[in-house]
Amino acid sequence: MYQTTYHRPSSVDEAASLFAKGSDAKYLAGGHTLIPVMKQRLASPSDVIDLCKIKELVGIEPTGDGIMIKAATTHSDVASSETVQKAIPALAYLASLIGDPAVRHRGTIGGSLANNDPAADYPAAVLACGATVKTNKRSISADDFFKGLFSTALEDGEIITAVSFPVQDKAGYAKFNHPASRFALTGVFVAKTPAGDVRAAATGASQNGVMRVPAIEAALKANWSAAALDNVNISADGLMNDIHGTSDYRANLVKVMAQRAVTAAS
Amino acid sequence: MGVEGIGASVVRKEDRRFITGKGRYVDDIKLVGMTHAHFIRSPHAHAKIKSIDTSEAMKMPGVVGVLTGQQVVDDKIGNLICGWAITSKDGTGMKMGAWPAMAPETVRFVGQAVAVVIAETKNQARDAAEAVVVNYEELPAVPDIRAAIAPGAPQLHPEAPGNVIYDWTIGDEAATDAAFKSAANVVSLDITNNRLVPNAMEPRAAIAEYNEPEEHFTLYTTSQNPHVARLVLSAFYNIAQEHKLRVVAPDVGGGFGSKIFIYPEEMVALWASKKVGRPVKWTGDRTEAFLTDAHGRDHLTKAEMAFDKDNKVTGLRVKTYANLGGYMSLFSSSVPTYLYATLLSGQYNIPNIFAEVISVYTNTVPVDAYRGAGRPEASFVVERLMETAARQLKVDPAELRKKNFITQFPHQTPVIMAYDIGDFHASLDAAMKAIDYAGFPARKAKAKSEGKLRGIGISCYIEACGIAPSKAVGSLGAGVGLWESAEVRVNPVGTIEILTGSHSHGQGHETTFCQLIADRLGVPISQVQIVHGDTDKVQFGMGTYGSRSAAVGLTAILKAMEKVEAKAKKIAAHQLEASENDIVIENGEFKVAGTDKSLALPMVALAAYTAHNLPDGMEPGLKEGAFYDPTNFTFPAGAYICEMEVDAGTGKSTFVNFVAADDFGRLINPMIVEGQVHGGLAQGIGQALLEGVVYDSSGQLVTASFMDYTMPRADDLPSFKLSHTTTLCPGNPLGVKGCGEAGAIGASAAVINAITDAIDNNKLEMPATPDRVWHAIHG
Ligand SMILES: Cc1cc2nc3c(=O)[nH]c(=O)nc-3n(C[C@H](O)[C@H](O)[C@H](O)COP(=O)(O)OP(=O)(O)OC[C@H]3O[C@@H](n4cnc5c(N)ncnc54)[C@H](O)[C@@H]3O)c2cc1C
Repeated sequence: MYQTTYHRPSSVDEAASLFAKGSDAKYLAGGHTLIPVMKQRLASPSDVIDLCKIKELVGIEPTGDGIMIKAATTHSDVASSETVQKAIPALAYLASLIGDPAVRHRGTIGGSLANNDPAADYPAAVLACGATVKTNKRSISADDFFKGLFSTALEDGEIITAVSFPVQDKAGYAKFNHPASRFALTGVFVAKTPAGDVRAAATGASQNGVMRVPAIEAALKANWSAAALDNVNISADGLMNDIHGTSDYRANLVKVMAQRAVTAAS
Repeated sequence: MGVEGIGASVVRKEDRRFITGKGRYVDDIKLVGMTHAHFIRSPHAHAKIKSIDTSEAMKMPGVVGVLTGQQVVDDKIGNLICGWAITSKDGTGMKMGAWPAMAPETVRFVGQAVAVVIAETKNQARDAAEAVVVNYEELPAVPDIRAAIAPGAPQLHPEAPGNVIYDWTIGDEAATDAAFKSAANVVSLDITNNRLVPNAMEPRAAIAEYNEPEEHFTLYTTSQNPHVARLVLSAFYNIAQEHKLRVVAPDVGGGFGSKIFIYPEEMVALWASKKVGRPVKWTGDRTEAFLTDAHGRDHLTKAEMAFDKDNKVTGLRVKTYANLGGYMSLFSSSVPTYLYATLLSGQYNIPNIFAEVISVYTNTVPVDAYRGAGRPEASFVVERLMETAARQLKVDPAELRKKNFITQFPHQTPVIMAYDIGDFHASLDAAMKAIDYAGFPARKAKAKSEGKLRGIGISCYIEACGIAPSKAVGSLGAGVGLWESAEVRVNPVGTIEILTGSHSHGQGHETTFCQLIADRLGVPISQVQIVHGDTDKVQFGMGTYGSRSAAVGLTAILKAMEKVEAKAKKIAAHQLEASENDIVIENGEFKVAGTDKSLALPMVALAAYTAHNLPDGMEPGLKEGAFYDPTNFTFPAGAYICEMEVDAGTGKSTFVNFVAADDFGRLINPMIVEGQVHGGLAQGIGQALLEGVVYDSSGQLVTASFMDYTMPRADDLPSFKLSHTTTLCPGNPLGVKGCGEAGAIGASAAVINAITDAIDNNKLEMPATPDRVWHAIHG
């Protein structure tokens, strides 16, 4: 690791102004992505600004039509939250599948979304639930937030403060583990709103990161059942192809995991 | 046996130290004035070094020195050696290219060291390493066996035309060909034995210290055999003389074979400590472990088995290409030859066997012994063939094996080995019973009705352990003898120290070796201390690998113990005024049989050291040593059966059950044996389902971290059902055979046989990842 300066601000505003002062500052949340990269000397921020001690960034609250999870809330807190379990049990379940206990007790939802790893779990839930990412500057809809591999709509220095999930009528998540990393080799989140709208999002599959799957959404809107997906054809074009899964295999997983997510949801 | 004697599941003495964080590993050692080394490694698989500019690095803060491969050559440091000479079928010796400790001219694998920075701190060494400028001219790389043997392939070493190191054969080719000509049925298979990274928990490390006035070196290193390290470092590398070099291998966090070898980094640390006049420490990180620890396996094999009309095996023909990497590591040559092809008879009566092994250079990390070393590859060939034959001949796979089992012992195979004893029917029967083999068809049908694919797979393995009779291995090309030595010291107050040349790095010797003493003398194991891993303390030793520590190392202790007991009895008899022949040892007392006269061990020991009243002419003291050379290998064997269920939607395989029935001879500590089997099975299953090294076409290691290389985790494994069917080894007085490698040798074939049975497709390579299994199901 190269030399860096560590800061521990106590408010979002203070964090933002520290960021503005640094020559090449980085926010630090759980550190489960940032610290390994720094240890490998692949990142060398001048300043590291810790968000985890900012009270206004931690916690889970019910809202009028759903729940709000603040950015520095750990995966473990989401997984065990009664509020989440009651409102969107599939989201609590998803958080319980991330990494291992050490990862879940440090890693945060804000860090995961800001990082937007193409195989991360949260992006699938955020996109399928049509959640809203709140920052210190604005609100960004899920459809506008994810911009491809490791890239998001966040501007330089912009801080995610919370994510609002609207309550769902039905929601389910099914993850097929990457054998080595245990991120998602492919994970699919399916959700049906009280109004009957259906959204499905797959992570781990596409070369462009998390994606909605229109063919699955259409079939499920017509008939919310695993069987409804039997004849859906997922194209392997644009899907990732590596030693752990060829693109045709991943295309198959998108469909099979979607079916299992529906079964889990209903 | 007593509560702590042979056969008792005594809790491991060493675990208190390990689980409370009080183990003392190489990296825990800090010497006064210690500097830190950071290696500069080739990013290319094959390249010429045009220039190395160290001038900027030399100016960086804290830098003590920057050394390059050219300086290794200039100082006449010896090239790394290979300790086993293999002769090709045309009578020529193996074609070995030079391997200098750091590359002066050409690099042949990604990660090969070209220079080293030595600085006051680890970070300063790393910072300065970034300022060293190495200019490479890239050369076309040969990343695997097929590329290495392709016509016109780039040449790695001028000494080895066509990249072939040797083309070696064993067995009777003409007789085997004749068996195939007259066969009623022939079964054939193409087999890839996937390449593995050993991944010991503790990465390799070394600290070297040079004492200038004494011209004496000390090397603390992560070694499975510190004496061999000292021998090789002094005899071949021209760094230190043997009597001026102490090698210490303190607590070592796992080896699995990868810490048998003497690596460039340890050599460079030793050499550099004299050059810079300061102690030098190097601790590898996980990436360096992936890039530079010797890998295991990596064979391409075509194997055929001939059967007569009664389904008796009449012949086995095998042709194997083995990848030895960019350089020949210490025992690399012997692994795919004498440790592999000599086990191709398996548990079966096979009258004719012929095997050809062609070892090749590739632009990859050197490949050498890894848990099982050659024997897993052999067992996989034989057991995959047996299963394939049963399917092709439409007979029950258990019945086919039973029909061909060796039942008369000793049994001379056509490939050197003479099996001393075994009962293969007993172990297979025990495993079949444990898994309810008879009930399998009903379970399969039920699973099918639930949309699941269920399969069962058998693997009957045999291995040659207790490595090894020195004369025999010498005649086959080994550069060393493979005996073991021990010393038993009874201290004046009656406590005991055992000095052994075996090295414990997870095997539990500090407990099991004490159990022998508890058994012989009836003293608690708390009275016994095991001393190992230090060439200044222990007389000599060949170390721990090849499941040899009980069969060879413990027998050496027994031999020394017998001498100690004989002398102690003489002393006791003298003091008790009895005949030496009437003395018996019980509960730590030397008793005159049939009387109430006795002398406790501490009193005997004290008498030996005060020497006030010893038999005439007897030397004082109570300390004896022994060297033990085995007369044969030992032959652990057993049967593993695995039942698996495959999810057709995802290709994921899940264990339903895994049973093992092993014959390890006498068990010293059944609990420790169980742990050894669990670990071995985890590695065998890891090979079958999860682990596999991938290099891309340019020779870059794709699986260079745990994010891409799948290490087995607890939840990847079933809860094993273990049992033992025992025949005592006649070759050593303890009747032990060895248990350290069995799981890794036998497990993978059982798993692949089960999955291919479940999916009804015999074409499946290891690791059988969900992706591969899904493709095998759906085409
Ligand atoms: C062994 C291991 C296994 C894992 N397994 C999984 C898995 O199965 N599934 C999965 O989804 N993830 C997995 N992860 C990732 C982990 O769960 C975290 O989500 C991830 O590391 C990022 O979160 P973090 O809080 O650690 O962020 P950090 O590492 O602290 O930060 C990551 C990036 O986000 C930025 N950032 C952090 N917080 C904010 C914010 N509030 N606003 C703006 N920018 C911010 C940082 O500047 C940095 O660039 C795994 C990680 C490890 C180490």
